[in-house]
Amino acid sequence: MKNIENTGTSLLHPTRQLKRRYRAEKWFQRMGLLAIVLALSFIAFLFFTIFSDGYTAFTQTYIELDVHFAPEVFSQEKLARANYPGLVKGSMRSLFPGVTSRREKKQLYSLISPSAAYRLQELVEADPKIIGTTKKVWVLADDDVDMLMKGKIDRKQDESARRIRDNQLTWIDKLIADGRLEKRFNWTFFTSGDSREPELAGILGAVKGSFLTLLITLSLSFPIGVASAVYLEEFAPENKWTDLIEININNLAAVPSIIFGLLGLAIFINFWGLPRSTPVVGGLVLTLMTLPTIIIAGRASLKSVPPSIREAALGVGASKMQTVTHHVLPLALPGMLTGTIIGMAQALGETAPLLMIGMVAFIVDIPGGITDPSAVLPVQIFLWADSPERAFTEKTAAAIMILLIFLVAMNSFAVFLRKKFEIKW
Amino acid sequence: MKVKSILVAGALTLAMTAPAMAARDYISIVGSSTVYPFATVVAEQFGKTTGSKTPKIESTGSGGGFKLFCGGVGVNYPDITNASRAIKASEMKTCADNGVKDIVEVKIGYDGIVLANSKKVAPLQLTRKDIFLALAKEVPDPKNPGKIIANPYKTWKEINSALPNTKIEVLGPPPTSGTRDAFVELVMDTGAEEFDVIKNLKSTDKARFKKVSQTVREDGAFIEAGENDNLIVQKLEANPNSLGIFGFSYLDQNADKIQGSIIEGQAPTFEAIAEGTYPVSRPLFFYVKKAHVDVIPGMKGYLAEFASKKAWGEDGYLADKGMIPMPAAERENYSDVVASLKTMDMN
Repeated sequence: MKNIENTGTSLLHPTRQLKRRYRAEKWFQRMGLLAIVLALSFIAFLFFTIFSDGYTAFTQTYIELDVHFAPEVFSQEKLARANYPGLVKGSMRSLFPGVTSRREKKQLYSLISPSAAYRLQELVEADPKIIGTTKKVWVLADDDVDMLMKGKIDRKQDESARRIRDNQLTWIDKLIADGRLEKRFNWTFFTSGDSREPELAGILGAVKGSFLTLLITLSLSFPIGVASAVYLEEFAPENKWTDLIEININNLAAVPSIIFGLLGLAIFINFWGLPRSTPVVGGLVLTLMTLPTIIIAGRASLKSVPPSIREAALGVGASKMQTVTHHVLPLALPGMLTGTIIGMAQALGETAPLLMIGMVAFIVDIPGGITDPSAVLPVQIFLWADSPERAFTEKTAAAIMILLIFLVAMNSFAVFLRKKFEIKW
Repeated sequence: MKVKSILVAGALTLAMTAPAMAARDYISIVGSSTVYPFATVVAEQFGKTTGSKTPKIESTGSGGGFKLFCGGVGVNYPDITNASRAIKASEMKTCADNGVKDIVEVKIGYDGIVLANSKKVAPLQLTRKDIFLALAKEVPDPKNPGKIIANPYKTWKEINSALPNTKIEVLGPPPTSGTRDAFVELVMDTGAEEFDVIKNLKSTDKARFKKVSQTVREDGAFIEAGENDNLIVQKLEANPNSLGIFGFSYLDQNADKIQGSIIEGQAPTFEAIAEGTYPVSRPLFFYVKKAHVDVIPGMKGYLAEFASKKAWGEDGYLADKGMIPMPAAERENYSDVVASLKTMDMN
């Protein structure tokens, strides 16, 4: 009683020390909140920058031409050899009859993408009966016109600094006034492979390459990883050798990824003679990279299965093998799956190891199988980021958006699986 | 049972996607990152117009390309290597040692190297002598021209009073780049020889001469900005006092943001480089293994496409991409080399 009177405390009025303690706790909570807000704001800034750079890539400018498929142009037997660029040039001249000088004509023709000729070739080869008729065809505009329409080229700048000249501006304005120029959804982005012309560049080749590479990675790393984890956890004796193996596996998870690329180059390409730049080699290299992740995640989930399950199985007469395969493994599988999906998401974003094995290359054709040369999505982003044409900036950002969507989807799926199949012992 | 069916389904999927590993049916090209934008356009044109498989082109750098190319003859080795400089004697020896004996050298055009800065400031009027003094590791002492000391210059005005009083900051390619090799040869060597003390070294101590004229300073004024030229353009915009070294095609594509410095009175324009009046231009090449030409399908077609007028001619599509075409006589000569597959003299 005396103590309380001396210090002047009362249960209803907190002391100075107590107030300080409460303040400190409140600040600690605020710091934690600040840290999370800071991290989220960096992510929001990243997403915002990429989205604002990339959303324009999903539309593409098209121009309508009146093409007269003159029979004289198709005098040769092979339809592929006809002068399709000449047809495109002819239709541009008929739209703008006042353009006469050679230089101006060249500037007029450059408003249309070089792919227009291939479009006409496709139309003729699909239906040769259109020879002799005049048809309205919508063709892709050149990437500089596209950039102008999306506001990336400034009209108000001095002509010498612009890639679109003043006379080209007047022609473009006339096309818009005639209703011959419009922006449409950019399906080409999703259906074609890489190209040097930005209006033709697409991610299908890279996406298919990523898919094939990850297929190989998954089919090799999952069985080997799970089997290793099961052996190391359930069957291996506890001695120096297993300790050494465990240390090495943990270290491998931290090795820089480009080392695996060098290993792939030395063994898979030079020693085994596998073809360069193919998903087979890419998949093998990425398998080596994701194995440590899967083994460590697998061991952790096997450890989490309580010993009572194992003992009960042995008690009803199961052999060691049956205990593991019928009882322990199914219960540990959700954790292993989570580890695998996270490992796959990491492998999807890897570029450095693939550099050494030649997957950083300009490949136009869509890969057909695992022995065809291909690129992967992060590599495609890297190559486009290095190209000089202005239009590739938005394509790079759009490809980054697609990659991020895949990664977020995979990681969310991993979290969903974990939540759904989690067993709380 | 379920596990078994999943395994079988997985094996079938893999089997469907894995055709027999036949001999390579596409052309494999490696080499210079400067020639890469031009070679890829030709490859795509070739693939689209003939229906053959589009050649696969890797951007490894001129040096890296020669290393892979000279590895040997066979489907495991590249067929063609692009280069932004001629093959060195040491590389020819490596090729010969590994059995690569019949090489066809083809010049495809020229590329200008520019020293560019942001359009927000005035373009610089430089001479090669100024650039040497700005970027070399060792320069003649300004107070005692007979001695060579470590580079003391920190601002452009210290080198030449007509230049602005800004800090020397130049972003350039790393030592693995052919652009760097070409820049050192065309600008630094020539600038260095304007000083008598260094010129005299050429006859007395060749190794020292090479070291003084070709070593770039490492004290922070020259920043190695990697191979990503788009990044250099962005950095130039952010810091108007800095300069960047890259190829003419990047200047051409970004003419609204950057401008080239005027070197010895010549601005880097298409015409000036084509005529040879702009001093910093270098030839671009590719090298072909003659042994592969009949084995890999499409090689003759690709070479013919590259050597055609519509590709490398004055109004060709490569000129549209920023490559400076060769004069007509040289083009004729190299067309003949391609048509006849005339091999280089390996000595």
